[in-house]
Amino acid sequence: MNSCLFCQKEMQLPGGFQALFQKAAQSFWCEDCIAKWAFIKGPTCPTCHRWMETAEICLDCKKWQADPIYSGCLDENISVLAYNSFCQQVLAQYKYRGDYILAVAIADLLKSKLKQTSFDLITPIPLSEERRYERGFNQSEALITALGKKPTILLTRMHTEKQSKKTRKERLETPQVFRFTGQQEMSGKKVLIVDDIYTTGTTLYHAAKLLKEAGATEVRSLTMARS
Amino acid sequence: MRILMKDHLLIPVFHHDSASYTITELPNIPHHKHNPTYRFNSQIQTFLFGKQLLLDEIPHPVEELFTHVNEGYITLRRPFIKEGRKIKCARCGSSHHLATYPCARCGNEQCHYCRNCLMMGRVSACTPLFSWNGPSPSTLIVDQPLKWDGTLSTGQQQASTAVVAAIDNKKEYLVWAVCGAGKTEVLFAGIAHALKQGQRVCLATPRTDVVLELAPRLKKVFPHTTIAALYGGSEDRHLFANLVISTTHQLFRFYCAFDTVIVDEVDAFPYTMDATLQYAVQQAKKSVAATIYLTATPSRKWQKECRQNKRAYMTIPARFHRFPLPIPQFKWIGQWTSPLKNARLPFVLKKWLQQRIEKEKQVLLFIPKIKLIDDMLPLIQKLHPKVEAVHAEDPLRKEKVQKMRKQETLILLTTTILERGVTFPHIDVAVLGAEERIFTESALVQIAGRVGRSVEAPTGDVVFFHYGKTTAMVRAKKQILQMNKEAKQRGLLHE
Repeated sequence: MNSCLFCQKEMQLPGGFQALFQKAAQSFWCEDCIAKWAFIKGPTCPTCHRWMETAEICLDCKKWQADPIYSGCLDENISVLAYNSFCQQVLAQYKYRGDYILAVAIADLLKSKLKQTSFDLITPIPLSEERRYERGFNQSEALITALGKKPTILLTRMHTEKQSKKTRKERLETPQVFRFTGQQEMSGKKVLIVDDIYTTGTTLYHAAKLLKEAGATEVRSLTMARS
Repeated sequence: MRILMKDHLLIPVFHHDSASYTITELPNIPHHKHNPTYRFNSQIQTFLFGKQLLLDEIPHPVEELFTHVNEGYITLRRPFIKEGRKIKCARCGSSHHLATYPCARCGNEQCHYCRNCLMMGRVSACTPLFSWNGPSPSTLIVDQPLKWDGTLSTGQQQASTAVVAAIDNKKEYLVWAVCGAGKTEVLFAGIAHALKQGQRVCLATPRTDVVLELAPRLKKVFPHTTIAALYGGSEDRHLFANLVISTTHQLFRFYCAFDTVIVDEVDAFPYTMDATLQYAVQQAKKSVAATIYLTATPSRKWQKECRQNKRAYMTIPARFHRFPLPIPQFKWIGQWTSPLKNARLPFVLKKWLQQRIEKEKQVLLFIPKIKLIDDMLPLIQKLHPKVEAVHAEDPLRKEKVQKMRKQETLILLTTTILERGVTFPHIDVAVLGAEERIFTESALVQIAGRVGRSVEAPTGDVVFFHYGKTTAMVRAKKQILQMNKEAKQRGLLHE
């Protein structure tokens, strides 16, 4: 029986002769769940992929561009979904309750975007040792594995409070939380960072800055949702 | 977490080495006799007694817990049980929802976890289940715990006596009470009987709403008893209570805890949930314990067992107000989807609704699919302005039900979520598309049971608008007729 990986509802397989002879595309989400996603369609901010009325650089990105330290560190963010309450539900089950298997279903949403992106190294946003132990796994590393790629660990995180518990202002003012600990030769490399969600961009800009300092020429990020 | 075994003592370790094991890999788990000279922590005792908890759920240092393990006051159980080829979760009993992940806690690349009870914290192959194994905490025994001066109807009284006997003899017993019979009052004497002997009682119900409604009622009639109300995120989690009112999910956290478990609305679960629920009840009660089931609509299987005398049960076939149950009428409505496609209401339904509108009688209209709300709501609103629709994911669900109660809404469109639990005093009920699969026998009996609940208005109309009678419809009607017949024979109705 084929059932939705998230809501467990049974899924009807398509009928007819075609379905009988063709290998059915495996689907992880049922129609009802897919209908709850807000897929980003239409004009977006060219830098951070925020869903906009017109395709121009958003205010957030303008602030980043004006920032003396982080300007130009992250070349582009690519997101698939706009953050909504369903996205929050799915991420809660995946990250906080630790339902690892959902990585495959989330990766399924990301894979077409991954194909359109060129990179030499693909790396996760690291968790601190404490947080990784608490959750049992690193959610962005699991996404990379589920996408069929081999993650290269380039960064390490010092233990700090959860980003999601902070206000926007606090998040923007957090000092650097990562350290570059990669063993690779980085000069001239194109790096893709994978994470679950782009909120203020702080996490990704911090990571990108270190990667650029280590020699990377281009740093992009692929995130499931842009909030 | 991994565990190191040294001279039969267990030591928790938090790094990955080959000398240590996960709880699943541990060749054997030593069981120590209590060391009578050890002064155990009584806070841990009240917290863990009758429970099965994950390390993350216990607010005490892991070292202290393991000292209790080695002194024989806490037992550790394996999180997964092997049954032949199957592996099942020891907490929820499910074997269909296992997945694996590379676990940072034990370092295994393929650590099993259970998805079925994930919302209660992740059970994985490296998380032992902690239970108290020492003496039980002492509690205050009250001589007369029940303070209630209401009276029971004859039917309730008979069932109440049977429940007391079942609790006394630690037996399994089913009370099959029609909607509006007054099930809760039937339990009072039985609960009081158990509490008087210092026993622990759990009342489990599928929905949080019901826990929230029952808790204050029971606190009022058992004023000297500690009562814990448990549901996702409840404050009473840490409370050691002799009477526990819990959602069925929270039962998963209990182990060998209760002398009596009462399960309300056993039928409210889809068939697949049934096995898990049974498992939870078995785990939560002591090895010798009473189990009382309450329902208005037992499953076909249970009905059959009752008829064949394989299940101890008693019916309460009449409502507390001694009027018979309203009998559903079947009305053929034809292909009711096609007029809706043309933005018209099916004629028969429209006429029926107009009759109620003239008399200003409130109507609860059940529809088989959420999607129909969009089509139907504007059409019915053309007939009358005070029309609302509600469904399971409606954020304003409570407010809309409240408006209906205050009679500010005349017609309420609903999916099957309002099939049970809600009481509006003076209404007629209709089901559109009663032939749809979602309207099972028990759903239809429950829906019909919404009508004529109050003494002031003990009658009302129930109409099933259908495009072809189904077995479920016929059986539902038969069940209701049967109950009325029995009520009459036992003299439980007004002459």
